[in-house]
Amino acid sequence: MGYNLKEIMAEKPSRLTSGHRMCAGCGAPPIARMVLRALKPEDHAVICNATGCMEVSTFIYPYTAWTDSFIHTAFECAAATESGVEAAYKSMKRQGKLPQDKNTKFITFGGDGGTYDIGIQSMSGAFERGHDMVYVCYDNGAYMNTGIQRSSATPKFADTTTSPAGSVIPGKMQSRKDLTEIMVSHHIPYAAQTLAVNNFKDLYEKAEKAIYTEGPAFLNVLAPCPRGWGYPTEDLMLINKLAMETCYWPLYEVINGKYKINYKPKEKKPIEEFLRPQKRFRHMFEPGNEWMIQEFQKEVDSRWQALLDLEEITNKEE
Amino acid sequence: MKIRERLSGNEAAATAMRQINPDVVAAFPITPSTEIPQYFSSFVSNGKVDTEFVAVESEHSAMSACIGAEAAGARAMTATSANGMSLMWEMLYIASSLRLPIVMSLVNRAVSGPLNIHNDHSDAMGARDSGWIQIFSENNQEVYDNLLMAHRIAENKKVLLPVMICQDGFITSHAIENIEIEDDETVKKFVGEYHPEHYLLNDKEPIAIGPLDLQAYLFEHKRQQAQAMVEAKQVILDVAKDFEKLTGRKYGFIEEYKMEDAEIAVICMNSTAGTAKHTVNNLREKGIKAGVIKVRVFRPFPAETIANAIKNLKAVAILDKADGLNAVGGPLFTDVTSGMLINGVHVPAISYIYGIGGRDTTEEDITEVFTNLEEIVKTGKVDRPYRYLGVRGEK
Repeated sequence: MGYNLKEIMAEKPSRLTSGHRMCAGCGAPPIARMVLRALKPEDHAVICNATGCMEVSTFIYPYTAWTDSFIHTAFECAAATESGVEAAYKSMKRQGKLPQDKNTKFITFGGDGGTYDIGIQSMSGAFERGHDMVYVCYDNGAYMNTGIQRSSATPKFADTTTSPAGSVIPGKMQSRKDLTEIMVSHHIPYAAQTLAVNNFKDLYEKAEKAIYTEGPAFLNVLAPCPRGWGYPTEDLMLINKLAMETCYWPLYEVINGKYKINYKPKEKKPIEEFLRPQKRFRHMFEPGNEWMIQEFQKEVDSRWQALLDLEEITNKEE
Repeated sequence: MKIRERLSGNEAAATAMRQINPDVVAAFPITPSTEIPQYFSSFVSNGKVDTEFVAVESEHSAMSACIGAEAAGARAMTATSANGMSLMWEMLYIASSLRLPIVMSLVNRAVSGPLNIHNDHSDAMGARDSGWIQIFSENNQEVYDNLLMAHRIAENKKVLLPVMICQDGFITSHAIENIEIEDDETVKKFVGEYHPEHYLLNDKEPIAIGPLDLQAYLFEHKRQQAQAMVEAKQVILDVAKDFEKLTGRKYGFIEEYKMEDAEIAVICMNSTAGTAKHTVNNLREKGIKAGVIKVRVFRPFPAETIANAIKNLKAVAILDKADGLNAVGGPLFTDVTSGMLINGVHVPAISYIYGIGGRDTTEEDITEVFTNLEEIVKTGKVDRPYRYLGVRGEK
């Protein structure tokens, strides 16, 4: 199917309306809007949202920015909540308590705090049970809603309010958890990693596959945060592009266990280009800290190579 | 048509759930309530119900899934005990504040720690301010009956609150008794169909549930929730009246046993009421005017009803199977005594903490309570109102 951003924007009005209170330059709202645009216009959706920036700025009583049905319960249980909604749908549809000619889709949004950390158990449970739902993690790499505290998604060396770059400890000292791989290990039909670049093509197409693949599907979407990362709001798309070009955030999908890397840069840009525009990595550029950049580069390289290997292995002819 | 059955308390609960045939059940195993989801999943596997059974990975997710399902427009049920409900804690408050009429079977067990799997009421008592209606059951028959009434109460438009039906772990949950059950059709008719006004799966009217609710609105929403608990009182009585018409079995907020001319009495909940009634029978033979008040409905708390029932007593003991750990007394004791005060009733009262962690409570124990009450009547003094029953060391 061809992808034409202009046509999609014209034919599919945004299901997350304007007027919400997310920050300028935040990566999350364009992600939510684009994921929801991948829904067929005739399909109804029940959106579930973990507590976080997105929830507290899109549904402040008595206003909501969501045009579909929406539920928020708590921080760690968005997937479990949505699994209950989906179970109700299955049960009621089977019993003829809902119209047979109408489809409802189930899409859950959570930040990295609500997904990598406090919500990982409930998401793992829901995915193992095989509910027909999509979980979209908008990963901004820290607890931004409470004021930039480190999460297990925070990259190594990043300066956050609970891993401050100090004179003894230079930022977060642990590596970032690889949640996409954890979700792949659930042997679900569809898992993918993406971000908002190139007119949202990759994001849109993956959202469409995720929504219309039967069973649980997971999307891990990089969502830069101007406050937490320290970049000018207008540079959102530039940061996304650099994350992709440096292979910090590879674009790939795993369909029934087979890996497909969706973008391989002809020339991988050095990680410095992604790190330099962000204040959270500023201390890495101080004299004497070159080792931090080298170590960061090494980790990006080894993760990228591992991904290339996985693609090769899983696509080998029998 | 009435059917005589021999069922354990857990079987009685599972049987009621089968007849209610909820749309969704989400549950996680925990002793002593595990059998309920076990029996129920066999009903699902054998096509006896239309339910979608969600075998969640924790109780937190069990309550979260029930919230999601109920908000979606389904009837959702669960069962748990002790630490299981502790893990649900956060979600109990969310369920009641979102006004979702979920029904839970709570098989009472001691909350850790240290770990203990046996009966007391520390689980239910900890949730007493969570906005759930709490109904206690003396025996297996009451477990069954209370569950049949639960949805009618919870789903009433004036109420819209979740309900937990409590019973004593092992004492009733694992003991087999002869009970009378109704046939499936009768139950189906009595419970009725669920037609929520607003629900997530209604594509014609999308709704948003669970907002950020700030200073300008949360107070009013909480006020409405509090009112629902007030309204629930009449609804509980109305449903009990309908149930009596159907089955002949009568229920109120409390049950008074030999209270007409009683001078001393104990107030208790769940299975202890049976032991207390038996003790009272023996004491009556000795000419002691003893009585029992069994509290069936603990939330909403029937303060006036209890105050009225005890106003002519010369002394009363309130038996709590959960300690308040507050240097005053058990939770039932503090509620009953404040209920006495606001209703202008003054009866010498003592708090007994008993049966913690499954410690047996015998006829001798209850007799000891009545002996102490007689002493209070004689001396006119309550020297130490915060006492323990059946514990080694200082009572």
